[in-house]
Order: sequence, then structure tokens, then C-alpha cells
Amino acid sequence: MPRRSRLHIPQHHSRPGEEPDFSYLETSPAGAVPRPDVNARVRDIGNLSIDLVRVLDDNHVAVGQWNPHLEVQDLQIGLRHMLLTRIFDDRMQRAQRQGKTSFYMRCLGEEAVSVAQGMALRPKDMLFPAYRNQGLYVVRGRPLVDLMCQLLSNTRDMCKGRQLPVMYHWAEGRIFSISGNLTTQFPQAVGWAMAAAIKGEDDIAVSWIGEGSSAEADFHHAMLFASVYMAPVILNIVNNQWAISTFQGFAGGEQRSFAARGPGYGMAGIRVDGNDFLAVHAVTQWAAERARTGAGPTLIEHVTYRGAAHSTSDDPARYRPKDDYEKWPLGDPVLRLKNHLIALGEWSEERHQALAQELEVHVTESWKEAVQYGTLTDGPRLNRDLMFQDVFKEMPEQLRKQREQLRTEQGV
Amino acid sequence: MPQMNMIQALNSAMDIMLARDPNVVMLGEDIGYFGGVFRVTDGLQKKYGEHRVLDTPIAEGGIVGAAIGMGVNGLRPVAEVQFADYIYPACDQIFSELARLRYRSAGDFWAPVTIRTPCGGGIRGGQTHSQSPEGIFTHVCGIKVVMPSTPYDAKGLLIAAIEDDDPVIFFEPKRLYNGPFDGDANKPAVPWSTHPKGEVPDGYYTVPIGKAEIVRKGSAVTMVAYGTMIYVCEAAARALGIDAEIIDVRSMVPLDTDTICTSVKKTGRCLIAHEATRFSGFGAELSATIQEECFWDLEAPIGRVAGWDTPYPHAFEWEYFPGPLRVAAALKAVMEAA
Repeated sequence: MPRRSRLHIPQHHSRPGEEPDFSYLETSPAGAVPRPDVNARVRDIGNLSIDLVRVLDDNHVAVGQWNPHLEVQDLQIGLRHMLLTRIFDDRMQRAQRQGKTSFYMRCLGEEAVSVAQGMALRPKDMLFPAYRNQGLYVVRGRPLVDLMCQLLSNTRDMCKGRQLPVMYHWAEGRIFSISGNLTTQFPQAVGWAMAAAIKGEDDIAVSWIGEGSSAEADFHHAMLFASVYMAPVILNIVNNQWAISTFQGFAGGEQRSFAARGPGYGMAGIRVDGNDFLAVHAVTQWAAERARTGAGPTLIEHVTYRGAAHSTSDDPARYRPKDDYEKWPLGDPVLRLKNHLIALGEWSEERHQALAQELEVHVTESWKEAVQYGTLTDGPRLNRDLMFQDVFKEMPEQLRKQREQLRTEQGV
Repeated sequence: MPQMNMIQALNSAMDIMLARDPNVVMLGEDIGYFGGVFRVTDGLQKKYGEHRVLDTPIAEGGIVGAAIGMGVNGLRPVAEVQFADYIYPACDQIFSELARLRYRSAGDFWAPVTIRTPCGGGIRGGQTHSQSPEGIFTHVCGIKVVMPSTPYDAKGLLIAAIEDDDPVIFFEPKRLYNGPFDGDANKPAVPWSTHPKGEVPDGYYTVPIGKAEIVRKGSAVTMVAYGTMIYVCEAAARALGIDAEIIDVRSMVPLDTDTICTSVKKTGRCLIAHEATRFSGFGAELSATIQEECFWDLEAPIGRVAGWDTPYPHAFEWEYFPGPLRVAAALKAVMEAA
């Protein structure tokens, strides 16, 4: 038989009604991957982009060179931030179901990425998040009420009613505005980092995209510019296996890890267990120090799993087994850190229950306050004149006229 | 006063801004060591260093994306896109990001980026080195769009653009780099050194964005144009001996409707000319606005003359270009109507 060319269509491991199958996932034992010097040459650390950096082992013990040896107090804060993120998500999901807001996106199962990374960075480092990084806001201490007001597009919405829910921003907290267009923030983060280097400041930029979004041209632009100018930036691919209904094979994950694209561009690439709080913290510290000391950018692939639907408009039961998430081999980041703390003798089921209860109350109280400032359906509304502001710094004549026309139209 | 061509005037504008403001940086393909394929950034990297004038990879989307990040971090980037024909890979960063960042963040984030890009035909550039895509950018809310027609305006407008806190797309009509061009390629080239608008002050000055200029006073008809077409309009009116008032739009966004409409109300007739394709071109917006504002003063339908609705062909450059013959015919039609 003569050989013929063929078209390969990536096939997902399991579909609705089938047994979850994660045999495609390549992992390394906890502690198995050595931690190189932060100034190591890219060519000497190629294994980091293929192996999987893990710190927490199956007995909940931190092992190996990547153990960041965090203080117990920091571990407890990390647990608190992750749990708060999850409880906040649950409550906002319910609010959307009740019609109080139009849209929501949970980060169930991915909490360690934002929380551990947020804690490993400095407060002045500039963050360019994607839409599933709400943990960054929790770490940097933005009151939940403010986030809720954005979700409600109410009178205290930081975006003045202009953005889809979850597209927050926070200039003072150094968290960049989220765009609905994917990966656009990646080259912007690199440009921000280039500017920091031009100005001789030692702040770094950090950005996040999903593995699906790595298919966009802006991924290439960001990687190339970061590498060419050795920009002080950390570029993160959160590989949660799913881009809405499309699994990571269609973004190119079948043949090679996403992290391996780092060395392809001449920059460090690290593949990390994204559900291992300690491992994520450790690789972020490593990459941040590398960037801050002029040794260049790092691409980090966080291997994790999108536990919830893509958004409140999505139904994953149509394209994956219902119990996929429960069978994910890398487990639940909250549970893993909790068990680690218990193993250390620094946490207990009782304390965990008490913390969860406290955070539930905090979220409920915050919600009660936020809805006082209005919801999509009830209460006070933003002034419609705001629609015409901030298109330009100064409002041009043509927009003044249109604002006047709207006022007339509305009889005010 | 010193004489400069448009290349020298633009170079002078950037030289002045790099010296005045340490946050001004330049980035683009071939702009640094080499000084740009049209020599517009010649000598700037040598004078201000590789950290202020950056050579970049061939990636317009990356150039603009990085420029936005630099702008957010306090710099005032001037990005060059080597030909306007190459700007399309950057359009998501321009349309969805640069133009709307201030709006979507309620004024908390913004990027004062200027994007310089040579446009227009008449240089034997074929369909990928001749386009005039300005109309596309005027349809995006949140960016300013300008195009000078003289060395004096080029320098003053570019300084104003760099100082502007809003993003500006700065189109450079490349056929005018070395001299005014009236659309007749058979005539010998006229250098800027013999033209009054080739007189350019050495120092700092600005030409305000948002102001049109009446380049020729007249009473019979208003001709509205910008870039290269200013000189074609002048030639056509001269050939027909018509006392035309010629307005250089200069700034498409924001548009100086007052200057344009005051003139049309006075003359009662109007011809709009641009090199870009006609259908949905910026002339359509001009025509609609003038019609709404000046309908009762118009004595004839508003005329439009433009490039054909085809790509810009290499072999038929002068048949494509809306030269003096086509403009004169359109002008005659506007004068003879009603």
C-alpha cells in the first residue's frame, strides 16, 4: 500500500456518557524535578518545560528542591484566599441564576494559580489577567463589594457600566483592565515590562491566558518580543484543558507541552502542577527573581482543570463526562493545601469549617451592601450621560450633541 | 526660515519630542540603526540611544500591543508601521484595545500611543504599498486620525499627536514626502524647497488636532480634501479657472465640521476628493454631514471623486489615481449641475 497524507483530527479522551480518561496526562512524581539556578541558560533547563514540577506528594508532604518553605501563616492565608475565591464564585453563580446579573465565570479548580502567584509577587508588580483570575483581586485585597458592584453594573461599578461582568480593573492595585478579546493583554504585558526596563525600574509584569487562547497571534507576538528584548515578564498559560467545548488538543497540546513553546522562543519554560499551591508559588518566585535580575522572561504552563462550566452561558454536560472533574488526577487545590496544613498539624476539619462559615458570612454581607447600590433590574442606576465619557480624554463636539440627543429622547 | 521636506519635518518633530520628554520612545521595523525605509527616523537612534529608538521584529500586532503596554507604564510611544498597507495585523490591538482602553476602564487606564504610517499611491507600489485606509480608522470610536499635506503641518501635527493623551493614527502621504504633487506624473517633480509650506521652523510648535485649514479662498465651490489630493484639487481648479475654496481637512477625527460647513454654506457647491476607494470611504461621511448641515444652501448635489473601488493596480497606477482630469471632470459636473 502506498503511503498517503492524512488529516489528523484531535480526539478527546472521553465524551458524555463515557468514563473519564486522563491517561494522556504526563506527570512527574512530587519532588522529582530539580530546581535550577534562576540564571540558568535556557538551553540547559529544557526539561522544566516537559516534566511537571510538583511539591506536594500523595501523603500531603512538601518534598524536593522546589519546596518554597513557606511560613505556616502564609499557607493559612493562601488557604483562606482560595476558599474565599471559591465561596465568592458560588455566591455570584447563584446571583446570576437569580437574574441579578447577566453573566458570571467561576474559576473552580484553578484557585491556586491566581492565589499562589499573587502571593509570590510584589505588590508593585503589574498584573495583566485573563477573565478567570479573580483570585488576584482577593490576594491584593480589593473589597468584594467592589467586585460585586462591577458584576451588577451598578452605581459603584468601577467600569461605569461599560464592561461585561468579571471584566474588572484596579489601577491602584496594579491589575490591568480585562479585555473580552483573548490574549490581547499578553503583548501589552510585555510592552509594560519593556517600559519598566527602559526606565530602570525593577517591577515586573505578569500575564495570564488560557491554553486555548495561546492559539492567537498575540501569543506569538508576546513570546517573540519578550524573548528578543529579554523583558522582565512572566507569561502564564493556564492549561485547564478546555476552551469552552474545545479540548486542549485543538490548541496544539497533543504533540508537545505548552510550556515547551518557551524554549522554542529562547526563553525559560516551566510546566507546573497548577493545583499544587506550593509548586505554583515556587515556580513563580523563581521566574520573578529571574525576570527581576535581568535573566529574562519565563513561560509557565499551569496544568489544571476547569472544574466548572466555561461561563454561566455554557453547559459542559454536552461535551464532557459529568464526573470528569472529580476524576482529574491532580486533585483539588483547596483540598490539597488543607490536607498539607493538617499533615503539618497546623489545621483541622473544625478550623476549616469555621473558616468557611466566616467567609460565607463575609460574602453574604458584602452582597447585601453591593445590591444597595443597584442591580441590573432594581435600585439606583448609573447616569446614562456616562455613556459618552472617556471615549476621548476631552469630549468632542459630536459626542456632546449625541448626549444631548439622548437626553431629549429620554425626556430629561 | 529653514526649508524642510516632509521627511525632514517629521524627523525634526520626533527629534524635538525625544529631547523634550524622556518618556517619548519610538519603535518600529528598520527605524533605528537604519533610520527607516523612508529615512524619517534617520539619526534618531544614534542621538537618543537604542533604548529610546527601538528596532523591532516584523510584527505590527506586536509593535502596537507592546506600545500599548509601554503607554500604560507611563511612556509616550511613537510606533511606526512601515506602510499603511501593513497595519491590518495590528487592527485588533488598535480597534479593540488602544481605542477603547480609556473607555472600558472608566478613565483609569489609557495609552498615549501615536502610530505613524505612510499611505497613498503614486510611487509604483502596487496593491500592497499604495493604500489609503484612513476611512477604516475613522469608523472606530476612541482614536484620532490625522493626515498632513505640508511639511509645516506634518511637524506641528506630529508634535501635537505625540503630546496628545488619546491615541492618534498619523497618516503620512508618502507621495508628498519630497514635494507637492498635483497628480500629473509626467511633469518634473517639484521639491518642497520651492514651496511656501516647505518653510518649517526649527523649534517646537504645534498644529492643533481637530482644525481644518482653508488653503485657498474662493467663492464658486468648496473642495474638501486631504493629503495628496489637496494639490490635485488646486491643479484642477486652476485648469478650469474656477474660483474654488479648497479646504484641507487635516484631522478626520475629530472633524472640523464648522470650517467645512461654513464654507459650503457660502459657496453653495461642494466637491469631496480622496485617493482612497470611494464606497464607504471617508468622503461618504463628509458628504452625509455636509448634506445634513448645508442642504438648504446647496445649489447642486455634492460631488465625490475618489480612487476606483478596486485594489491599487501596479500597471495602471495613473488610470487608478484620481488625478487632475478626473477631479476636473467632477468639478465641472458640480459647477454645471442645477
